[in-house]
Amino acid sequence: MKKFKRIFAVLTAVMMIVAVAAGCSDTSSNAYNTSKKTVYRTLDEIKESGTVKIGVFSDKNPFGYVDENGEYQGYDVYFAKRLAKDLGVKAEYVSTEAANRIEYLQTGKVDIILANFTVTDERKEEVDFALPYMSVSLGVVSPDKKVIKSLNDIKDGDEVIVISGTTAETYLTENHPDIKLKKFDAYAQAKTALENGEGAAWANDNTEVIAYALQNKGYTVGIPSLGSKDTIAPAVSKGNKTLLNWINNEIKALGKEKFFHKNYEKTLADTYGKDYEEQLVVESGKVKK
Amino acid sequence: MQALGIDVLLKGNNFIRLIDGLCTALRISLVSVIFSIVFGIVFGIVMTYKNTVIRVVSRVYLEIVRIMPQMVLLFIVFFGTTRMFGLNLDAELASIIVFTFWGTAEMGDLVRGAVSNIPKHQYESSYALGLNKAQTYFYIVIPQTLRRLIPLSINLVTRMIKTTSLVMMIGVVEALKVTQQIIEANRMTAPNAAFGLYLTVFILYFLACWPISLLASYLEKKWSA
Repeated sequence: MKKFKRIFAVLTAVMMIVAVAAGCSDTSSNAYNTSKKTVYRTLDEIKESGTVKIGVFSDKNPFGYVDENGEYQGYDVYFAKRLAKDLGVKAEYVSTEAANRIEYLQTGKVDIILANFTVTDERKEEVDFALPYMSVSLGVVSPDKKVIKSLNDIKDGDEVIVISGTTAETYLTENHPDIKLKKFDAYAQAKTALENGEGAAWANDNTEVIAYALQNKGYTVGIPSLGSKDTIAPAVSKGNKTLLNWINNEIKALGKEKFFHKNYEKTLADTYGKDYEEQLVVESGKVKK
Repeated sequence: MQALGIDVLLKGNNFIRLIDGLCTALRISLVSVIFSIVFGIVFGIVMTYKNTVIRVVSRVYLEIVRIMPQMVLLFIVFFGTTRMFGLNLDAELASIIVFTFWGTAEMGDLVRGAVSNIPKHQYESSYALGLNKAQTYFYIVIPQTLRRLIPLSINLVTRMIKTTSLVMMIGVVEALKVTQQIIEANRMTAPNAAFGLYLTVFILYFLACWPISLLASYLEKKWSA
């Protein structure tokens, strides 16, 4: 029995080392890309096969969701439909989660990800982003009686409501340490706090505050855009040049017909209103400063 | 009805989609359960052998399954096989493989426990009657083991049905994912639908698992007589 235990311990140790080594090398480098076989399908291969596989959200209304007839809908999906149409192939939608979007591209299980995918430097190392088609930043909503139009409007005694762990909290803490923050853990708590007048304003992602002001009378988005702008773009597997170039040209070409403005009016206007169209939509891949 | 958001279920194909999702979940779990029982019985009997190599190998397998979260196994089988070998498994097939891999180990451990609980005199009497080793297992040991296994394995089966909610992570749309889709699609018009919908899913899962419990207690009674 003692011998057995020793063998078992050695085996476990070896396995753990192998597992840890494999896990680390996986995240630090993209070794699979350098192997002889490419994981992705080129533009011609997609056209030949007759279907393009596009990863979208199935539960993020109004960007990607499934309606009561089981059809995919939303801002991302509207664009995906157009891409498939112009490629001359059928679109096959794959339901993705925020946590597995990169994995899907790296294994070539989808050709394109169109799932409200924010462009970040870390992600750029894992996948290739095309030109952006939407831009988001932070926003501040406040009661109509005392609209906060700029951060200077915030008096010394005032507090700004934020949700812990959001970009709004990080941004305000880093760039405006003098502003007092009232932190909440959940969206519902922050909402109640604003309604009870516990803070002078509420800072969050601008899409969130815009939607909030539209649904709740008596509140205005005084600052619709704060901090650095993040862009949302389609992504393809790293190195898939032909498809990436095609999407980039397509986005530029669609700019001529104001495609994303049309898309906004069809899919997002109900949630965000027409006032913020210019704020959120990026046409031809050109982000306004 | 309105407050619970049950009316959302009646819109379009929503209810059919939910049932469809439940069928996917049940299909994955039941196929895996059948494989797990078959392989598990074999694996469990193998585990009772006193050979060191066999014991080490089965012990390692069992520990891997116990330690690894099912989610990690799903990612390894679905994405890992594509990375390592270029295999492109269907998501549902990948789920069945993971659930069978998991179920076989747990089932095997249950079988091992049940087999080693069979009193030694059962074997000895059987050999004394002239049965060989295979016959002893087939006519004496396995039938008695199965009876002891029923209550234990029901636990595993219902757990497997419930764990299918994880397969949404590799793109399989099952009951819980459909629920989230319906809730989100109606976020604006019916913000309180979540409660009613989750309640519905709860009832559906109960209806799916309860007959299994009933069958188990029926078999237990029948076989103990």
